Amino acid sequence: MSTAPAIEMTGVRKRFGTVLALDGLDLTVAHGEVAGFLGPNGAGKSTAVRVLLGLLRADAGTARLLGGDPWKDAVALHRRLAYVPGDVTLWPSLSGGEAIDLLTRLRGPVDPARRTELLERFELDPTKRSRTYSKGNRQKVALVAALASDVELLILDEPTSGLDPLMEAVFTQCVREATDRGTSVLLSSHILAEVEKLCDTVTIIRAGVAVQSGTLAGLRHLTRSSVRATTSGDPSGLATVPGVHDLTTAPVPAADGAPAATEATFTVDDDRIGDVVQVLGGLGLRHLVTAPPSLEELFLREYGDPAGTGAGTRADDAR
Amino acid sequence: MTTAVGTGLLTRFALRRDRLRIPVWALSLSLLFLYAVTALNAVYPTAADRQVRADLVSSPAAVMMTGPGYGTDDYTLGAMVANEFTLWVVLAAAVMNIVLVVRHTRAEEESGRAELLRAGVVGRRAPGLAALLDAAVANLAVGLACFVLILAGASTVDGSGITVADTAALCLGIALTGMVFAAVASVTSQISEHARTASGAALAVLGVAYLLQAAGDVHVEHGSWVSWLSPVAWTQQTRPYVDLRWWPLALAVALFAALMLLAVRLTARRDLGAGLLPARAGRAQARPGLRGPFALAWRQQWTSVVAWGAGVAVLALASGTFADETGDLEAMVEDNDVAAQVFGGGDLSDAFAAVMVLFMVLGIGGWAVSSVLRARAEEASGRLEPVLAASVSRGRWLGAQLAVTAVGTVVLLVVSGLALGLGEKIGGIDDAVVGRLVLAHLAYVPAIAVLAGVAVALQGALGRFAGLAWALLAYAFVVGLFGALLDLPGWALDLSPYENVPTVADADPDATPLAVLAVVALVLVTAGFAGFRRRDLAA
Repeated sequence: MSTAPAIEMTGVRKRFGTVLALDGLDLTVAHGEVAGFLGPNGAGKSTAVRVLLGLLRADAGTARLLGGDPWKDAVALHRRLAYVPGDVTLWPSLSGGEAIDLLTRLRGPVDPARRTELLERFELDPTKRSRTYSKGNRQKVALVAALASDVELLILDEPTSGLDPLMEAVFTQCVREATDRGTSVLLSSHILAEVEKLCDTVTIIRAGVAVQSGTLAGLRHLTRSSVRATTSGDPSGLATVPGVHDLTTAPVPAADGAPAATEATFTVDDDRIGDVVQVLGGLGLRHLVTAPPSLEELFLREYGDPAGTGAGTRADDAR
Repeated sequence: MTTAVGTGLLTRFALRRDRLRIPVWALSLSLLFLYAVTALNAVYPTAADRQVRADLVSSPAAVMMTGPGYGTDDYTLGAMVANEFTLWVVLAAAVMNIVLVVRHTRAEEESGRAELLRAGVVGRRAPGLAALLDAAVANLAVGLACFVLILAGASTVDGSGITVADTAALCLGIALTGMVFAAVASVTSQISEHARTASGAALAVLGVAYLLQAAGDVHVEHGSWVSWLSPVAWTQQTRPYVDLRWWPLALAVALFAALMLLAVRLTARRDLGAGLLPARAGRAQARPGLRGPFALAWRQQWTSVVAWGAGVAVLALASGTFADETGDLEAMVEDNDVAAQVFGGGDLSDAFAAVMVLFMVLGIGGWAVSSVLRARAEEASGRLEPVLAASVSRGRWLGAQLAVTAVGTVVLLVVSGLALGLGEKIGGIDDAVVGRLVLAHLAYVPAIAVLAGVAVALQGALGRFAGLAWALLAYAFVVGLFGALLDLPGWALDLSPYENVPTVADADPDATPLAVLAVVALVLVTAGFAGFRRRDLAA
């Protein structure tokens, strides 16, 4: 097969009425790669996925999928990909097994052994009517249908939002097996840990535009820990330590027999945490709390204008 | 009564959701009465004119379409309005109640929204009670609007016989019958997990009630004991504008109370979201045939085709057996020029058959519209998305939906034709030709295609407003049932696709209108396909 990118979007715009959902989005997934697609709720992840599936038509920009046009060549391209939506709705009158068979048959031939194996691994009862399934079980139906076919590209839109941790592990394993067979994967998510486990590259989207993209190693600086330390010495020298960011200090008055101290809060790059702990030790460390930052915190810090204004102003500025 | 906590709030919420629906229903039904009063007065200005009409409505087909026939010996304007319009307003009000109650009870549970509400400070019985209160407000609105507009229409007419008390009884009867069917829907909503089954079962009850009244009224003037079994009949049994009696309305109150108690008891016995009938396990693997969009659409709709087929067969068979009663009419037509004119001077059993066929195909048009609207439900629910993502083109998917609509429609038409013919043979019409009746049904295929085409064009091109196809069907109903009676102008008749179709009573049927209808349908469907290929999918 070709080594052209599995997905290539450049400057894609999509507007719904007054809301600009995609504002010049760039997104590339190389052949055989697992690409994470990160962003908070409402950032435009699902809109981008639906443009790629030819369900929505982009207003501007170009989108290429497996070397074809996602709108014009939808039918031919869909034979070569499988899709798992974040919110799975199934046909109430069909059983889970029937829904799986229908969805896979619509795409092409399927390996019944793999279907059986996946049903066992995901512990899914295929005889239950679709309407009696929980959200997680509906998601399993879509996952089994997608993973049972041999495809070149998997498009997964928040596929684990309803799965328990055990099933999430099964999912991770299944995606790894698929990539071993050479399948490219676009994994949209807002769970940073899941993306870290699986992905080679990451694109972060906010208010319809890619704000960061690159290899996971290259984006390591995004995954800083936040630190709160109380020291008897003056911690302001920390600002000069490499890897320390956003340092603020506040005096802690003496109370309950404890002498006065200073509390420092800052963030630190993960690979520098050892140096920082050494410096803190020299300052008379009394108390230390570190926490890995959540994705939302990252957004707040890195792209810190208040949520909500972003999309609005961008829509007004748009041509 | 903690099980009813939250009823007030839920009722206000339901009314908020129905703030457009209820006024539209109330206005449509009351305007029909207003129009009836003014138009009938213009078309039948003298007592002699009305008497001719009174003789006509004693034919079995007319009795099936009107009611027990009170006041036909002195056919005042009031008697005429009550005899010829009440049945349809009662049936429409019943449908309104079924739709409203199922929408606020079982449909909410099926969608999972009820769970969110019931987790709040809301008692087990509150949603059901709120739905009934919502329906009560709707019935009150319908009753009051009819009351006001009938009296307003009659105020300009001398000697109409339309009094305040009689009008009050008529409108109260309509509202109370509405409540009876609201309670019927409350009960059927408990039985199955699916909203569609709940409304289907309630509509089946309504169909049986209609048939009982029709059977009783056809066999005995002013109705036999069989008529009295039907809640649909009780409003007309108050004999408004003829010889008013109030007590039949007590039957409606009693039945409503009994059904409501039953619904409340059933609610208390079951889990949220569950039906009284247990859910069965499904197949672990799909049958080999379930492999394309047509198979999927058929799988979703075949039960509806079977259920409708059974209903259509029973209705057509029963109607067919009434055809032999036309014999009494033959003599009258020979003596009466006006009557002969109305029936076109042709064979009376053919005229009867033409009316019955129209009645059946209007109903089947309803199935066709609801079938096309399944496409909307598939898209809105998000179920279309995985199908299109799995290598099915938009055209192929929409084509498959419409193919199921077409197959279902033709099946229902053929079943109706066969059953009507069989009914006529059982009823003693020896020269009934079953094949001709089937053909007469199939002649309506282009008209139904136009109806479906309107829904396809709106859904395909815009992704919304497809429900307007119901408005066209309602219009076709009014024109079909009252067009001749109200002496509507030709263009108003032609606007209904059904009026252009030649009937079995036509001596010299012309196929040109069928071709025109087919072209119109084709244009509408093509527009729908073209739009659907171009637009964004609705979420």
